[in-house]
Amino acid sequence: MARAVSRRRTAIVTIAAWIVALIIFFPILYTIITSFKSETEAIQGFSLIPSGTIESYVAVQSQSNYFKPFMNSVILSIGSTLLALLVSVPAAWSMAFSPTKRTKDILMWMLSTKMMPAVAVLVPIYLIFRDTGLLDSRIGLTVMLTLINLPIVVWMLYTYFREIPGEILEAARMDGASLWGEIVYVLTPMAVPGIASTMLLNIILAWNEAFWTIRLTTTNAAPLTAFIASFSSPQGLFWAKLSAASTLAIAPILIMGWFSQKQLVRGLTFGAVK
Amino acid sequence: MATQNTRALARLMMAPSVGLLLIWMIVPLTMTLWFSFQNYNLLNPGNVSFAGLFNYQYFYTDPAFFQSIWNTLLIVVGVLMITVIGGIAIALLLDQPMFGQGIVRIMIISPFFVMPPVAALVWKNMIMHPGYGVFADFSRALGLQPVDWFAQYPLFSIIIIVAWQWLPFATLILLTALQSLDGEQKEAAEMDGANFVNRFIYLTLPHLARSVTVVILIQTIFLLGVYAEILVTTNGGPGYASTNLPFLIYRTALLGYDVGGASAGGIIAVILANIVAIFLMRAVGKNLDR
Amino acid sequence: MNLRTFLLGSCSALVVAGFAQAETLTIATVNNGDMVRMQTLTDDFTKANPDIQLEWVTLEENVLRERVTTDIATKGGQYDILTIGTYEVPIWAKQGWLLPLDNLGADYDVDDLLPAIRSGLTMDDKLYAAPFYGESSMVMYRKDLIEKAGLTMPDAPTWEFINEAARKMTDREAGINGICLRGKAGWGENMAFLTATSNAFGARWFDENWKPQFDQPEWKNTLDMYVKLMNDAGPQGASSNGFNENLALFQQGKCGMWIDATVAASFVTNPKDSTVADKVGFALAPDTGLGKRGNWLWAWNLAIPAGTQKAEAAEKFVSWATSKHYLDLVAEKEGWANVPPGTRTSLYENPEYQKAAPFAKMTLNSINAADPKNPSVKPVPYVGVQFVAIPEFQGLGTTVGQLFSAALAGQMSVDDALAQAQDVATREMTRGGYIK
Repeated sequence: MARAVSRRRTAIVTIAAWIVALIIFFPILYTIITSFKSETEAIQGFSLIPSGTIESYVAVQSQSNYFKPFMNSVILSIGSTLLALLVSVPAAWSMAFSPTKRTKDILMWMLSTKMMPAVAVLVPIYLIFRDTGLLDSRIGLTVMLTLINLPIVVWMLYTYFREIPGEILEAARMDGASLWGEIVYVLTPMAVPGIASTMLLNIILAWNEAFWTIRLTTTNAAPLTAFIASFSSPQGLFWAKLSAASTLAIAPILIMGWFSQKQLVRGLTFGAVK
Repeated sequence: MATQNTRALARLMMAPSVGLLLIWMIVPLTMTLWFSFQNYNLLNPGNVSFAGLFNYQYFYTDPAFFQSIWNTLLIVVGVLMITVIGGIAIALLLDQPMFGQGIVRIMIISPFFVMPPVAALVWKNMIMHPGYGVFADFSRALGLQPVDWFAQYPLFSIIIIVAWQWLPFATLILLTALQSLDGEQKEAAEMDGANFVNRFIYLTLPHLARSVTVVILIQTIFLLGVYAEILVTTNGGPGYASTNLPFLIYRTALLGYDVGGASAGGIIAVILANIVAIFLMRAVGKNLDR
Repeated sequence: MNLRTFLLGSCSALVVAGFAQAETLTIATVNNGDMVRMQTLTDDFTKANPDIQLEWVTLEENVLRERVTTDIATKGGQYDILTIGTYEVPIWAKQGWLLPLDNLGADYDVDDLLPAIRSGLTMDDKLYAAPFYGESSMVMYRKDLIEKAGLTMPDAPTWEFINEAARKMTDREAGINGICLRGKAGWGENMAFLTATSNAFGARWFDENWKPQFDQPEWKNTLDMYVKLMNDAGPQGASSNGFNENLALFQQGKCGMWIDATVAASFVTNPKDSTVADKVGFALAPDTGLGKRGNWLWAWNLAIPAGTQKAEAAEKFVSWATSKHYLDLVAEKEGWANVPPGTRTSLYENPEYQKAAPFAKMTLNSINAADPKNPSVKPVPYVGVQFVAIPEFQGLGTTVGQLFSAALAGQMSVDDALAQAQDVATREMTRGGYIK
C-alpha cells in the first residue's frame, strides 16, 4: 500500500520535475536546435525539427577560428579561479575559524567592491592597463577576473568552512597537532568538496564574464565572449550562425557542468552534514 | 599564547585577499572620484577642466534619473522574488526521489552557463518576439493576439530574462541546503503528524534562512549592475521604462563618451548600492550569525 | 620597453622566427557580410605583400564602436586599421586621430569614388578614410501586393502615396503589414530612419545657433505621420524592431513595403534566404515635395589611427581593400552580386554589375540624392543626413530615440515625446557649450 503510494508520488514528482526542467531548459534547447537550421528556417516560426544542416557551424568556423578563443577562455577561467582560490582559501579559513567582531563587516565590504558599475570605470581601468602594458594580455585579464570574482569566492568558501564543526579542531589539537598540521591534515580534506564547488561556480562566472573580456582584449587574449560578439547582430540574417556560435561557446562549460554536477551538489551539501 | 598566535596567523592569512581587494577598490574609486570632478569628454580630450560638482548635478537632473533608480530597485526586487520563491519550489521538487534526477538537475542549472548578451538575444528574438517568437506562435495557435513584450511590459520582460539566468544559482544553493536538512528531523516531524505546510514553515524554512540570505546578498550585488540585457533588448526604452542606473551610466559613458558624467554616475551608484546593502544587512544579516 | 612588448616580442619571435621581417597589422572590423568576405580573400593581398601579416578583430557594430573609440581616444594603440562609419570620420579627423591617406597608390583613382561618399570623408581636401562600402536608404516593396492594391509605385514616391499604399496593402488576416519601419530606440536605429525622414518634412535637429528644433511643426508632422502610419499599417512589436527584425519580416513576406538601407536589397532578392526574392521592386525614399528626400548616407570606411607604427603597411592594405582590383577580385570569386556596393562610380557603369544587381541604379540614385552638407530644407550648422556629426549625438540620439519609441509604443503622446526631446536636447547642447 505504502509502496504504491510512494511509487505514484515518484511518478508525479518525476513528471512535474521534467516539465519544469524542460521549460527552463527550453531556450537553450531551442538555440541548439536552431544551430542545425539554415538561416531561412530559423526565422520561419516555431519548429523543433531542424533540417540538420551544419552549414552554420561551417560558416562560423570559417569566419573565425574557434580554437584560439576557446583556449583563451580555458586559460582565463581556470587561471583566475586558481589564483582566486590561492588568495581566498586562507582568508575564508581565518574568518570561519577565528571570527572577530569585524568579520561580517569585512565580508560585506568585500562584496561592496563589486558595486561600482563596470561601465563607469572602463576609462580609468583602460588607462591603467595601457600604462602597464597589460592590454590584450592574458595575465592582465586573469588578474582582472580574479579580482572581480574574489569577493564571491571568499563568501562561498566562508559559508562552507563555517559548517565544519569546531569539535574536530579541538580533537586534533588534543592530539598535539600543530596549527599547520591541523589545516593540512584535518581540515583540508573536509573542505575539499566546498572548495571544488566554489571552483566550479567561479569557472562559470569567469567563463561568462562578457564586459572586461571584450573591452580589454584585441586578438591575443580574446576569449569566447569576443568570439560570440563577432556573430551577434550583423546586417542580415544571423540566428542560425549565432546559435551555432553560442552552442560552441556553451558546450564546453555545459559538458563540464554535466560531469561535475554531482560533485557540485555534493560539495554544497557537505557543509551542513554533521 | 596560542590564541594570540592564531589571531596573528588569521590576520596574515587574510592579508592577501584584503590587500588585493583594497587596491582593487581604492585605485579605480580614486580615479573615478577624480574624473567625476572633471569636464572630460573622451572625444574631446584636449579640453579637460575642473568641473566642481557640475557632473553630479548634471547626472542627478537627467530626466531619467529617478525612474532609473526606481527601475534598478524593481529589477533587483523582481528578480529576487522570482528566483528565491522559484528556487525554493524547484529545490523542494528536486529533493524528492525521481527518475532521471541527474538530467533534470543539469537542465535546470544550465541557464547559468549562458553568457548574458546571448541569453538576451535568444529571449528577445526567438522567444518573445511578437512576429516570429515562440510565445507569439503559441498565442496564435491558441487564437490569441500575440503579446508585444518589450513594448507593453519592457521592465517585466527584462526581469524574466534576468531571473531565468539567476534561477539556477538560487536553486543550486537552496537545493544543497535542503539536502543537508537532517533526515531524522524530517521523519520525526512526519511522525508527529505535522503536515507538509507545517513542516515547511517550522522546519524547512528556518533551515533555509541562511542560504536564502546568501542568495539574496550575492544576487543583489550582481543585479544592481544589470545592463547588457537592457542594451540588447530595449535600449532602455520605450521612453525610460527600462532604463536603470547602470544603463544610464552606460549611455553616458559609452554613447556620450562623457567620462566625467559617467564617473559621477558611478559614484552615485556606489553610494546607492551601499545604502541598499546596509538596509539588506539590517533586514537579513542576522541570519548569517546562526 | 614595457613588460607586454617584451613578452609579445619574445612570443612572436618564437612564432614567426621564419619570417623575420613580417609585420602584423591588427585590423578592427564590423561583422557585416562584406567585411567577413574580405577576410576570406586576403590571400590575394598577402601573396603580393609577403612581409605583411593580418590579424582580424571582428565585432558587432556597437561593441566595435565602443572598443575602437575607447582605444583611439586613450591612445591605447591596439589597432593599425580601423573600420569606422561616416559619423566618426569628421569628428576623429578633427581631433587629429587619423592619418590622411596620401599614398593610396598610382592606380587607386580617388576621383572614381562616389562624390557624396567622398565628401563626407574629406577634410581640408585630404581623405581621412577610404570607403569600403556605402549605402543609402530606399523603398523596397512587393510588386505583387501593390498590384493587388490597385496601385503603381512611382520611381520617386511621395509620403502621401506611401501612406495610402501602406494602408491599402495591409491585410492583418493574412499577416501582411503594409509597411515595416525601424522602431527600436537608438541613434543608429530608429533615429537614423526618423532623422532622414524628417529632412523630407523640412525638419532639422538644430537651427544655425544650435537651438534644438523639436518644438517646430515640421517635427510634429514627421512623428505624427510615422506613429499613425505604423499603428495602421505596421507590424506588431514595431517599437523593438531594427534592421534585422524588419529584414526577417520582409523575407518572410510579412511586409508590403520596407524603407531601409540599400544593402538590404541584396538580401531580399537573394532566393536562398528570401521567400519573396522575385517579387521585390525598388523606389527612391519618399519626399513631401519640399525638395529633399528622406534617404540617408552611410559608409563603412577603413582608416589608420595616427599612433600606429605601421602606417605604410596599413595604407597598402587600405588601398588594396578599397581598390577597383578588389571589386574585380570579389566578382571573380563570388560573383558580381556580392561586390561591396556604393563606393565607386566605375562599378555602376559596369554592365555586368548592372545585370547582376537589379537594384544598382536605384542604389546609385539614392546615394547621389543624399547631401550630408545640406541635409534639410533649411540651413543647418552640422554635417550628416541621418545623424549630426558631433560627439554628443550618440548619447543624445539614443535618448531621443527612447522617447520616440515610447510614442510609437503608445506609452507617450507625440506631443509629450517631442516636448521631452526638446528639453533633453537643450540640456545636452547647453552642457556641450553649443548654446551660449
